[in-house]
Amino acid sequence: MEIAFYLAAAVAVIATVFAITNTNPVHALLYLIASLLAVAMVFFSIGAPFAGALEVIVYAGAIMVLFVFVVMMLNLGQAAVDQERRWLTPKAWLGPGILCGVLMIEMIRVLSPTLNGGIGGSVIDAKMVGIALFGPYLLVVELASMLLLAALVAAFHMGRHD
Amino acid sequence: MTAIIEFLTAPAIVAIIVEVLKGLVILFGMVIVAALLIWIERRMLGLWQDRYGPNRVGPFGSLQVVADMVKIFFKEDWIPPFVDKPTFIMAPMIAMGTLMLAFMIIPLTPTWGVAPDLSIGVLFFFAIAGLEVYAVMLGGWSSNSKYSLLGGLRSAAQMVSYEVFMGIALMGVVMWTGSFKLSDIVAYQAQHGWFIVSQFFGFCTFSLAAIAVVHRHPFDLPEAEQELAAGYHTEYSGMKFGMFMVAEYVGVVLVSALLVTLFFGGWHGPGVEAMPWLAFPYFAAKTLFFVVIFILLRAALPRPRYDQVMAGGWKFCLPLAVINLLVTGAFVLSNP
Repeated sequence: MEIAFYLAAAVAVIATVFAITNTNPVHALLYLIASLLAVAMVFFSIGAPFAGALEVIVYAGAIMVLFVFVVMMLNLGQAAVDQERRWLTPKAWLGPGILCGVLMIEMIRVLSPTLNGGIGGSVIDAKMVGIALFGPYLLVVELASMLLLAALVAAFHMGRHD
Repeated sequence: MTAIIEFLTAPAIVAIIVEVLKGLVILFGMVIVAALLIWIERRMLGLWQDRYGPNRVGPFGSLQVVADMVKIFFKEDWIPPFVDKPTFIMAPMIAMGTLMLAFMIIPLTPTWGVAPDLSIGVLFFFAIAGLEVYAVMLGGWSSNSKYSLLGGLRSAAQMVSYEVFMGIALMGVVMWTGSFKLSDIVAYQAQHGWFIVSQFFGFCTFSLAAIAVVHRHPFDLPEAEQELAAGYHTEYSGMKFGMFMVAEYVGVVLVSALLVTLFFGGWHGPGVEAMPWLAFPYFAAKTLFFVVIFILLRAALPRPRYDQVMAGGWKFCLPLAVINLLVTGAFVLSNP
């Protein structure tokens, strides 16, 4: 399972890099979808199949569909690709890249004592997730549902027929 | 040499090879059935419309599939110069690949099936259905034509809307069973009766949503020919068009098999415990029944307007699915 994890993680990192550097918006989104699928695979490989399935259903299957939908409607042509190419200069990404690198080194340093156990512990299935959500995290679930209800009402208000 | 043979005959390796061969048999069987459906559909439509349909090639025209395949393989696979080439090529692959992948969760018989014990079984189908949208969207967008783009937009809106309550519609089944595994769902139905009785509204909403997600008639607005030429596959030709076509029939087989597995007891039937070889005939007969129902729907129903499709999904099916979920929850709680 460790091979699967490292393979999926490598795919996720490479796909994310391509998603940032690709100048065609739809192709960049496709790389982002590939990255999300790779993250789902990471979840599968570390024994969290329910989280992996939700990753595919919610992120790759619903949210990214809306992203692609909007980009399709904008009908960005060659002009947008050229503009992206002009904007993606080393001056624009070098600074944030170095700062993120510093953060990553720090994260590896902080996490490394806990990483010795390796992966492949216990499998967390859907039932355990459900028991956790409606047990100790019940308040958070209820608050999140209220937030979603507010979003739903707002969407309904904006989409109503006068 | 002997080392290789010894390695290949080790029990673990033999088990893996047998499983892979089984998977390949299921895959090819499904693709062949899907291809045959092209002929079955044309003959059935002919029958219901008082004409013959294709009856010239082979007995009763059954070799029409071969003729169609030969034709489509030798047609020029023309990629128009104005398309976005990588996505144009990728779209039909996604269409066929995702739907064929979803077939792996279905238990065909007690022992046949690629992964009927997958712990996230039903969710896996939802994930596949979510990814299936990209085939039509990318096909529509990359074609760089207005008809295709409109078809892609329609399909994206339709599939996202119908996926919302497709999940809710099946949660009744999952609540009774207490598991996402399709093998558990089949086993539960063998003991407690088919879900078509207790989950009738779940069946209604799920079948509607599933037809909409594989965009079969009457939900084939992404390719409505009177308004959009051929919709998202207007610019496709040759084998790529053929892949979209076969993907549609793979979708029909998949949805029929899922309906059988989730609501009609899967491979169970009278006498199957005593004679296990009956399992597959039962499964095949039930699946064929739903396939024919899908074809009959196409023959009998007109295509609704697009706003009617969306209103039907959001204003009728979604509330129905939620009410079904609530009532099922009450029943499950009161009969522990």
